[in-house]
Amino acid sequence: MTLVVLPLIILFVKAFEGSDGSFIGLANFIQYFTTPNLTNSLFNTIFVSITTAIISVSLAFLYAYAITRTGVKCKKLFKFTSMLPLFAPTMMLGIGLIYLFGNQGIFTHLGLRLPLYGPLGIIISEVIYTFPQVFLVLLVSFSFADNRLYEVAEVIGTSPIKTFFTITLPSVKYGLISSIFIAFSLSFTDFGAPKVVGGNYNVLATDIYKRVVGQQDFIMGAVVGMILMLPAILSFTVDRFTQSKNQSTISSKSEDYKIKPNKCRDLVFTAYCAVINLLILMLLGTVVYASFIKLWPYDKSLTLAHYFMDSPATGGISSFFNSLLIASLTATIGTAFVFINAYLIEKTRKATLLKQTAYFLSIIPLALPGLAIGISFIFFFNADSNPLKFIYGSMWILLIANIVHFYSVPFVTATSSLKKLDKEFEIVSEAMKVPFYKTFYKVTIPMCLPAILEIAVYLFVNAMVTISAVIFLYPAQFKLAAIAIVNMEDAGDIAPAAAISVLIILTNVIVRVLYELINKKIMNKNLRSHV
Amino acid sequence: MIKVINLAIFLVAIISLVFGCRQKSVAAKSGIVVYTALENEQVDKYLKPFKKEYPKIDVKIVRDSTGVITARLVAEGTSTPADLIWGTAASSLLILKQKEMLEPYSPVGVEEVLPHLKDSATSPHWVGIAAWESAIVVNTEEAKKKNLPQIRSFQDLLQPEFRGQIIMSNPSSSNAGFLTVSGLIQLLGEERAFEYLDKLHENVAMYLHSGSAPAKKVGAGEFAIGISYGYAAVSQKKKGYPIEVIFPAEGSGWDVEANALIKKEAIKDEARQFLDWAISKRAMDDLKEDYAVTSIKTGSLVPLGYAQDPFSQLIPNNDLRWAAENRDRILQKWIGKYDGKSEAKQ
Repeated sequence: MTLVVLPLIILFVKAFEGSDGSFIGLANFIQYFTTPNLTNSLFNTIFVSITTAIISVSLAFLYAYAITRTGVKCKKLFKFTSMLPLFAPTMMLGIGLIYLFGNQGIFTHLGLRLPLYGPLGIIISEVIYTFPQVFLVLLVSFSFADNRLYEVAEVIGTSPIKTFFTITLPSVKYGLISSIFIAFSLSFTDFGAPKVVGGNYNVLATDIYKRVVGQQDFIMGAVVGMILMLPAILSFTVDRFTQSKNQSTISSKSEDYKIKPNKCRDLVFTAYCAVINLLILMLLGTVVYASFIKLWPYDKSLTLAHYFMDSPATGGISSFFNSLLIASLTATIGTAFVFINAYLIEKTRKATLLKQTAYFLSIIPLALPGLAIGISFIFFFNADSNPLKFIYGSMWILLIANIVHFYSVPFVTATSSLKKLDKEFEIVSEAMKVPFYKTFYKVTIPMCLPAILEIAVYLFVNAMVTISAVIFLYPAQFKLAAIAIVNMEDAGDIAPAAAISVLIILTNVIVRVLYELINKKIMNKNLRSHV
Repeated sequence: MIKVINLAIFLVAIISLVFGCRQKSVAAKSGIVVYTALENEQVDKYLKPFKKEYPKIDVKIVRDSTGVITARLVAEGTSTPADLIWGTAASSLLILKQKEMLEPYSPVGVEEVLPHLKDSATSPHWVGIAAWESAIVVNTEEAKKKNLPQIRSFQDLLQPEFRGQIIMSNPSSSNAGFLTVSGLIQLLGEERAFEYLDKLHENVAMYLHSGSAPAKKVGAGEFAIGISYGYAAVSQKKKGYPIEVIFPAEGSGWDVEANALIKKEAIKDEARQFLDWAISKRAMDDLKEDYAVTSIKTGSLVPLGYAQDPFSQLIPNNDLRWAAENRDRILQKWIGKYDGKSEAKQ
């Protein structure tokens, strides 16, 4: 846990220091807020994030409603397609938009001219990027419903619209609030999409990059890093608050929601889902198509060359293998680390204060934008006094950054699956003098296997697509695929960047499908063994 | 099933660890670590003869854009793994010189290097290999389609027909962008240069993060006109994109691709050998194919696509030290006026 806290403290200290290392109080922040174009990016970021949150949550709300409360066909397919943006780096969404709506884009040539570069492009990409995450939260909210309420409403003759506003909406209230915050803070801190389609529209995440990379101004980077953390901390607080209130709505007497047949409604919602799916597939499909084109738009013959572009400069295909390696390491070591931590915290029967603190610290990374983690790691690991300095500039710093960055969600998964285990196991094995590690290995791990696999997949997928935390940290000899996309796009090599994106999303989809298959087998086996 | 999964996880972990350690051991092997901002294809090409001549020296190249390489060196400070810097903008090396990270060294043959292209001290902190200059790129197909007028100079870019057609590298993140701005200031004086930039800003569609991106985006027809630098523009043209490279009539701002030795407790002999080689005749023979101005005169013809009289294209009295010392101030002014402000105007 020190790995989270110490770098953060240093980031905090640096934000109050002058370039010579002396303490200058709030001067850096004052300088920041008095530079008009810097505050301008703050307002830009807020504008983009709010718009994204509104659009994304509205779209996902209807989508989740369609999947849970209506009889639309092909629900599985709809669910899967809407998850696809999760498996892609956000740069890929921007690249897709350029091929569709850029000045040489497919639609542009058909006469549809959009001012893509700027807020519009960023907002479209962020909506697609946040859509699956918002959808997942709302899906869970919608699936908890008490059918008895709806039956009563029908009996006393409440109109469907009134039912919606008095029963449905209140029941998903908390999910709705937290999904708004999720969309807001995700787009507040995202770096990939504004980098590609932002044009001159500055946002905080690109500011921090320009500050550090373009002007070697790490101090101002730290200041922006602190500002980036604010909405996430706010939303995190709200989220904690709503979650603690959320528990009482469903009791054991509740009945599952029953979908009533309604052909007209189903048709409308199926069409809606199909349109959303089509948009996502079109965007990603365009990137796949473009990655095979020789010289867009002048020579549209097909080629595989972009996939084999291997250069130490931008890091072509070799960076993809580096990413595979880091993602596998993050998935294996990270899962073990997270699970053991969760186990220790969960199974400690004494010292509740310690337990509470440990739990709180484990949730903090959720509020940390990757860019802030990256900057704080530079300060922390690159300090001359740090005995761990050798880690800086090796691939291990990427591993540590990834595990810290993505720690919280797997931690919650692990904890909740551990909570489901009966405490009796430990008590019985203790009574039988079975050592705890044997119980851990023979009982806990097999019982929690689905959760463990889920954590591993989550870590793998995120490690494949992440840019923000690692962009300041990657060793120059060890580039990652997502960073190669940034570098290639930076240098204007957009086709190879498209090719690398395709490889990343393909890998993630394969990993995900494998996970589903394995999971199904485990479930079947568990069922059989119970019978 | 569980056993199979356990085994699989175990295997993945082992393989990963083995790979991880292999990565580490490669980095630890003896030899020299060279940081460079040269374009990738240049690195491959120039390094070949060196490897032939010095097969025993293991050269580990770390390549990135000028800004990233400089940021990396500043961040790494005294503990940088780099032994020397090769082909990186002199204005960046001056920042490192200010931070006392460079060791003065006179490579063999330094007396032949043109005086403007090396540090003025007797034992120079940096020695140039070639000069690079700002250039305008025009996509001929797009220009024809949009019926755009001919361009010969920076002044031509101010015509109203070019509104929203021009892209330029952002000086706050790209050295090529800074080069253009500092070149204009040295050419016109600060006041008039910013008057020019005010008007240019009206026509600029966007400022891009890197120096080569304007050339590549113009090549792909995404925009019609870009302000980039010579090599990036010429190499796009060679790749077959329909572009024309224009060296502006007023002259181009320029910078030097330069080498420097990193200050360390134990400086390796191989690092000095590399620096000697980097300005040798053999190295210049390769450089002259890509650069119109090499730091040691080769007496050869101007490479295809470059200005006919490369020396006169470079603006005289380009003071790199002045540019490095005033960099922060100029950038603050530039950022204050143009960066991200375009939206507020609408």
